[in-house]
Amino acid sequence: MVILGMDLGPHWAFIVWSYAIAIVVVSGLIAWVLVDYRTQQKTLADLEARGLRRRSRQGREGA
Amino acid sequence: MWKLANPTMFMDLAGRVLPWLTGLTLALFAVGLYGSVLAPDDYQQGATVKIMFIHVPFAWLAMAGWIVMSISAIGVLVWRHPLAEVAMKAAMPIGAAFTLLCLVTGSLWGQPMWGTWWVWDARLTSVLVLFLMYLALLALWHSIEDPGRAARIAAVLVLVGAINIPIIKFSVEWWNTLHQGASVLRMGGSSIDSSMLWPLLIMALAFTCLFFTLHLMAMRNEILRRRIRTMRLMAAAAPVAGVASSRPAEA
Repeated sequence: MVILGMDLGPHWAFIVWSYAIAIVVVSGLIAWVLVDYRTQQKTLADLEARGLRRRSRQGREGA
Repeated sequence: MWKLANPTMFMDLAGRVLPWLTGLTLALFAVGLYGSVLAPDDYQQGATVKIMFIHVPFAWLAMAGWIVMSISAIGVLVWRHPLAEVAMKAAMPIGAAFTLLCLVTGSLWGQPMWGTWWVWDARLTSVLVLFLMYLALLALWHSIEDPGRAARIAAVLVLVGAINIPIIKFSVEWWNTLHQGASVLRMGGSSIDSSMLWPLLIMALAFTCLFFTLHLMAMRNEILRRRIRTMRLMAAAAPVAGVASSRPAEA
């Protein structure tokens, strides 16, 4: 089987599956980290919009 | 050093480092994948050797993930540093994912080369144990509400589990295994031809950069999660006008 100009031989399916699973899992990790970041930032912004402040900011703003 | 270990300083530093680290990771993957495509077939394994360019980095990073957690665990138990707790927790899912990929790609490489998907030899079994330890730690951490307490209990288990790392590394020397012996990091130098070795090393470097990019990003997320938790707890402890009504149920 020739894929992207490479002759992957009789065991081509094992090679393709290995790379495909690696791409899916790594992409999933990247997506999870990015979605989690947006979720945390949004939650933090919501809390601050409701008037809640972090301890360090309370100290600075109170000074 | 201690100044950089401040979570706010860390967030600033991570924000500046991440774009460069992401760029370096992409560049290394471009070179590494190009080298993997150009690398010749193995005289015995044929093109199946291309699985090596991802399987070996996954195996190294499965162990590296636990080593990162072990170093963080020392920071948790000795200095009780919150950033060490964050680093340990952030490395868990990434290490678990790389260990899973090591097992799956190894199995997909083993079937055409050995004639079996799995064998209970020392190397495969010790890596499976590593994967189960990652899952157990993740389950443990999520079952304890207080992050500081979860970190201290997990840190002890991480350090106990670190005994598995040398077992994985030397399993192919201590026991008679179907898995081949060390061929890159070994006394007397690598036994892999340079035409395959350099793409392998660049791919390993690319995956290492990916690991640390994801780790920094996950650490940043965890710091934000802890800030949110603290703010909710403070709001719950001292309700004030206009804030009491927004108190979350779980805080």
